[in-house]
Amino acid sequence: MSLQSKLESGKFAVSCEFGPLKGTDTHEIQENIEVLKGKVDAANVTDQQSSVMRLCSLVTSALCVQGGLEPIFQMTCRDRNRIALQSDLLGAWVMGIKNVLALTGDLPDLGDHPQAKGVFDLDSVTLLQAITRLNEGFDMAGNELTGKPTFFAGAVVKVDSDTEASAELQIAKMQKKIAAGAKFIQTQAVYDPKTFEKFMERVEKFKVKVPVMAGIIPLKSAGSARFMNANVAGIRVPDALIEKMDAVAKEDRAKTGIQIAAELIKKMKPMCQGVHIMAIGWEKRVPEIMAEAGL
Amino acid sequence: MKSITKQKPIEEIQNLLQGMDKVFVVGCGTCTTLTKTGGVEQVEAMKEGLQEMGKRVTGGTVIPTACDDMTEETMKENEQYIRNADCVLSMSCALGVHQLTLYLDKPVIPAVDTLFIGVEESPGYFHEVCSQCGQCILGETAGICPITACHKGLVNGPCGGTNNGKCEVDKEKDCAWTLIYNRLKEQGRLDLMRRYQPPRNHHVTLKPGIIKIG
Repeated sequence: MSLQSKLESGKFAVSCEFGPLKGTDTHEIQENIEVLKGKVDAANVTDQQSSVMRLCSLVTSALCVQGGLEPIFQMTCRDRNRIALQSDLLGAWVMGIKNVLALTGDLPDLGDHPQAKGVFDLDSVTLLQAITRLNEGFDMAGNELTGKPTFFAGAVVKVDSDTEASAELQIAKMQKKIAAGAKFIQTQAVYDPKTFEKFMERVEKFKVKVPVMAGIIPLKSAGSARFMNANVAGIRVPDALIEKMDAVAKEDRAKTGIQIAAELIKKMKPMCQGVHIMAIGWEKRVPEIMAEAGL
Repeated sequence: MKSITKQKPIEEIQNLLQGMDKVFVVGCGTCTTLTKTGGVEQVEAMKEGLQEMGKRVTGGTVIPTACDDMTEETMKENEQYIRNADCVLSMSCALGVHQLTLYLDKPVIPAVDTLFIGVEESPGYFHEVCSQCGQCILGETAGICPITACHKGLVNGPCGGTNNGKCEVDKEKDCAWTLIYNRLKEQGRLDLMRRYQPPRNHHVTLKPGIIKIG
C-alpha cells in the first residue's frame, strides 16, 4: 500500500529518512533500501541536508523506486530557481517518484559551500502551489503540460516553539502550506508528548485537516541531546531524558536511546496519523525502533 | 540613504595596483566620509600606506560627492597630478568609481567594496533596510522588509530556524518575521501575515535599471 493510500485511508504510517553520501558510491543507498523496504511505508531522501553538497535527492529517490522502497523526494528552494524546480519535478514523476516534500531549505552559510548563492526564488509555500499547478496540468506561467503528474505533496512544521510569536507564525505558515497543496505534514523531532498534544489541539481546529506524522530522532548520547538543544531550532530534549541517557553505561546508550524513541512513539501514536523517524546514521536500526514501539 | 562601504584588504589593493607605480588617490565627501572609508583622514592614511608599499603618490583629493556631475570639474582641477599618475585609486563607493571612469582615461581602481544601501540608525551603526526590489511589500509587513531583513528573503512567513526570536544563522540577528508579527499584532493587522504571497517577480526592470523622467 502506498504512503498516500495508507494516510488517506486513515491507517498509521511510518516514514524514515536518509541522506545520500558525497560521491558516486551508491552501496550505502542500496543497503538502506534493502533494510528498509517492506518495513517502512516510505523513506525521505534529503536534499543536500544542512547545505552540504551530496549526490542529488532526485536520482537517489529514483534508485529507491527501482529498488522497491517508496521514496519521499525532498526538494528545497535553496539551489534551484522556479524553472529548474518545475523541470526536476517533471523528471521525478517520469522516474516513478510520487511523493514530494517541499521545503524552503537551509542557508548555504550553514554548509560546506558557504559562499554559494542561496536561490530562494520560491519558498516552501509557493513551491507547494507550483506542485498543485503541475498536478492540474499547467506550469507556473500557465502553460499547459503534455502529460501531467499527480504528486502527493507534503510539508514540514516545527512543533516546539519557544515564543508565542513563533508558535503563531508556525501555525499560520502550516495553514498556508495546506492551502497551497500540502496533503501531509511531517514534524520536526518531538521529545515531549505534552508539547505535541498542545500543538495537535491547535491543528485539530483547522478547517482543512491533513495527516500529521510526528518527528522522532532517537537519542544517541546525552552530549548529542545537549548539542541539539543548543544548536537546532525547534528541538528541545527535556532534562529528564538527558539525565536518563547520562546515567547509562556507554554500551547501553543505543538501547536506551531506542527505548526512549519507542516510548515516545507509543505515547504520541493516538494523537497523530503517523511517525517520521529521522535516525541520522542509524537508518538500519529503524526496523528495530519500530519493533520496540510495536509498529 | 547612504552607500555603505568597507575598505578592501591592503593585499588586494596591492595586487590591483601591480605594475602601476604612480597613484592619484580620490576620496568622497559624502558616504565614504560618513563610514570613515574614504574621507580626508582615510585618504591621507592611504597615501602613506601607498608610499610604504613603494608607490609614488602624485596627489589626492576628496570630491564633495563622487557620484554626481561635479566630479568632472574636480578631475579637471587636478589634471596635472592625474596626468603624472598610472592610475586613480578611488576610495568612493562603486557609484563614484563609475562616475570617475567617465571623465578619466586612466584606470580607476576601487579601494573599497560597496556592501549595501543603508541608513545610519545611530552614530556609526549602519543598517540595510531595503533591497530595492522594485515591488515594495512594506504595506503588508508593517514597514519591515522580509526580503532584506530575512536571510532567505522569505515573504510567506518564517522558516523553522527561529530561536527565541533570533535567527539560527546569526544569534545576534532578530528574526525578521518575529519583528513583523509583533508589529502587526500591535497594529491589530495579523490577518496580513496569513495572506498568501505569490512568487516574486525578479524582472520588474531589466538590468541595468534605467528610468527617464519627463
